[in-house]
Amino acid sequence: MSITTAPSVESGNSSNWPEWFRQDQRKAWDLFQSLGQPKRTDEPWRFANLKAIEIGGFQAAAGVRDAASLVAGSTAHADGDLAAKLVFANDTLIHTDVKGLPSGVLLLPLEQAAKEHEELFRKCFMTSEVRLGSKKFAALHRASLRTGAFVHVPKGVVIEKPIEIWHWVDGENATVFPHTLIVLGESASATVIDRFVSAHDESSLAIAVNDLTLGKNARLHYVGVQEWSDKATAFHINATEVERDANSTALQMNLGGAYVRGESDSHLLGEGSRSVMLSINPASGSREIDQRTFQDHFAPRATSDLLYHNALADSSRTIFAGLIKVEEAAHETDAYQKVRNLMLSDEAEANSMPGLEILADNVRCTHGATSGELNEDELFYMMARGIPSKQAAQLIVRGFFGTVLERLENEDLQAHLGEILDRKLGF
Amino acid sequence: MSTETKPDIGIDRSVGDFRYEMDYAYDAGVGLTEATIDYISDVKGDPDWVRAFRKEGYRKFLEKPMPTNWATKDLDNIVFENIRYYLSQGQVPKRTWDEVPDDIKKTFERLGIPEQERKFLAGVEAQFDSEAAYSNIKAAVGEQGVIFVGSTEGLKEHPEIFKKWFGKVIPSGDNKFSALNSAVFSGGSFIYVPPGVKVKHPLQAYFRINAQNFGQFERTLIIADEGAEVMYMEGCTAPKFETATLHSAVVELVAMKGAKIQYITVQNWSSNVFNLVTKRGLAHEDAEIKWIDCNIGSRLTMKYPGVVMKGKGARGEVVSIALAGDGQHQDTGAKMIHAADNTTSNIISKSISLGTGRATYRGMVHVPKHLKGCKNNTECDALLINTNSRTDTYPAISVRGQGNAVQHEASVSQISAEQIFYMQQRGLSEAAAMSLAVNGFVNDLVQQFPMEYSVELKRLIDLEMEGSVG
Repeated sequence: MSITTAPSVESGNSSNWPEWFRQDQRKAWDLFQSLGQPKRTDEPWRFANLKAIEIGGFQAAAGVRDAASLVAGSTAHADGDLAAKLVFANDTLIHTDVKGLPSGVLLLPLEQAAKEHEELFRKCFMTSEVRLGSKKFAALHRASLRTGAFVHVPKGVVIEKPIEIWHWVDGENATVFPHTLIVLGESASATVIDRFVSAHDESSLAIAVNDLTLGKNARLHYVGVQEWSDKATAFHINATEVERDANSTALQMNLGGAYVRGESDSHLLGEGSRSVMLSINPASGSREIDQRTFQDHFAPRATSDLLYHNALADSSRTIFAGLIKVEEAAHETDAYQKVRNLMLSDEAEANSMPGLEILADNVRCTHGATSGELNEDELFYMMARGIPSKQAAQLIVRGFFGTVLERLENEDLQAHLGEILDRKLGF
Repeated sequence: MSTETKPDIGIDRSVGDFRYEMDYAYDAGVGLTEATIDYISDVKGDPDWVRAFRKEGYRKFLEKPMPTNWATKDLDNIVFENIRYYLSQGQVPKRTWDEVPDDIKKTFERLGIPEQERKFLAGVEAQFDSEAAYSNIKAAVGEQGVIFVGSTEGLKEHPEIFKKWFGKVIPSGDNKFSALNSAVFSGGSFIYVPPGVKVKHPLQAYFRINAQNFGQFERTLIIADEGAEVMYMEGCTAPKFETATLHSAVVELVAMKGAKIQYITVQNWSSNVFNLVTKRGLAHEDAEIKWIDCNIGSRLTMKYPGVVMKGKGARGEVVSIALAGDGQHQDTGAKMIHAADNTTSNIISKSISLGTGRATYRGMVHVPKHLKGCKNNTECDALLINTNSRTDTYPAISVRGQGNAVQHEASVSQISAEQIFYMQQRGLSEAAAMSLAVNGFVNDLVQQFPMEYSVELKRLIDLEMEGSVG
């Protein structure tokens, strides 16, 4: 399959999906074909590198060359520290460990969930409109989907340890469509970590989607750790729906990729709901990280809080376009949005478009965007204490990202992600 | 300069809301074709290069799409073929008030221009529909070599200065409306301040639309030569008509090395006017350009004054107040293009949305590669008065390289119930308390306006606030 021919519907593995979903996929394929490629004048693609998203040259991922070594490589946590683990490689489930899950919790391949829990699946699978620009690519994702992770935590169930889901891509110019669908029932609680990894230093295309649905008073920590190869093109499309008094904290860490487009769309649907949106982006080489976000307040007394930190080295480039929208009924909204760009090189470029649309009154909204360089005083302080300048700069960058990790308000997760970050930054 | 000057300013809408039946000596008719442009060029006796410039502008106007991919769809309600592009009583501006035809004089007397001039202004130019009706510059300023004339006179009598900068800061193809203005421009001011001359008093212009379905397209070019300083103030009014009226000006400022230009606008268009204006300044080394912009009225205003800081150490500033009343959309902001080291820009924007009014801030800050020591500070504050009021903020900030500091902050707030309660406890009515709170919100900016404008602005805010409570 190349991108210009019909995907999995005709490619032989379709028997895993129920017929209604296969029809759905055919429609999605038609939609993908009918939608035009994004243009310079499309506002959601302002500043974007349109050349990077011409995705014609990619192939359907073939079989995995060495599944055992990928499973062996999927061990960030000791097994006892996890509630469950799934490992996908080239959109095939190659490892399942669900021993630590409390009873009643479902952790299934998506196609199984579509068959066995059709109602729930239909209610939560890609139901919100893709509004931040990647409608075409989301349609391709839906049309091409082969599997993915389905997490359902029923009412009142609390999972203490994280669920970890690995998504590997293997093969030159391989394409994958990772999908994680998380549904939390009333007062349920869970932590889910998605890991996106390349098996080799190869070019690849990933169009990943995560749907996060939080019932009343539910609590979710979701982290996407993106470590695709430096040659990869990746789309990460999120939709989060938060019901009354529920609390979602989602962190996207972009540690790899040549071109990464992230779209995070939070719907604050219930009164008193809360969505914390975080991102850590150490950009180096010629990496481009293009992030669009939406904090859409439909209900009164909800809170959304966004903090994105970009550190730009070499000739890297970032785009942040965020929108806080307070709909007419959403009185007493608290909404915050902050993007900080730390410029580490003269060749780097940071574009920020923090937006507000306020249709209700009695709201507290602020947004801010800053771009600056390393603080000379801080550098001097450390160098005066014998820390070489390069290391001092690294420490400052680590501290800059540390303030985002702190916002997770989860010490275990902070420590775990801190280690990943340290490795990435070369400590 | 307080109470007795109030009626003279001409920014109170009730003062501006009148019109006279005019017999126009020159009327380009309705709609825009190449023939319209030839008509305008013939009537004005344009030199060939201006006629060619107009036609080029017309071609670009047709080419350019409406910017509705980012701007409001309300723009699609402008019917270009229904608009009258040129109307005038005669194209030579009069030098003394007595020479001005009585009916035009009546209009401007109601707006209070001659009284103004008598008081302290260095020069006044008043534009009525397409052409300057009256312009004068005090002898003292003229003796210093300051040129203050209409754009038509400027391009004919001072081509050597005019041509050098005309259309250079804002090329006709900059956007659809600057292209339209380039095609049909008429009127506006041309100012040249020679090196080292500091114009003590502000120069002032009034723009007024009197005819229905009319488009006003003035073109202003201000050049402050090395070390010169000038302050320019413009006021705008139009009576209320049933149908939409278009105002689409282009204003270009050029500040040579060490020069300073302040450009102050107080606009009070009636609520049928599409006000789509392109304003940009070019600041050379150590020069300073400051836009002070107050937007009240109009159906839709789209205006983003900009400064291109081309020389080292140049400074750009935009201070903006927008008040969007019921049914109005104020889409305003600023553009700051840093093009040299150690350039500094500052944007302060405050908006108030009343009733169903919508205030939008749209900004652009651009720091290209390999620049050092550039600083930008942007602050946008929005105040919402009613539950159905709306405000938006859409900044775009591009920074390349290190060694620069850029920060943007915005907030949205309401007048707190506690504040209002506190004032009511002390005997103020709710409406008076609201007015006071709104005036407090913009007070620090209003103080940057010349005093008579700031007094008037406060009064205007009080007027707009009337009936917005309860």
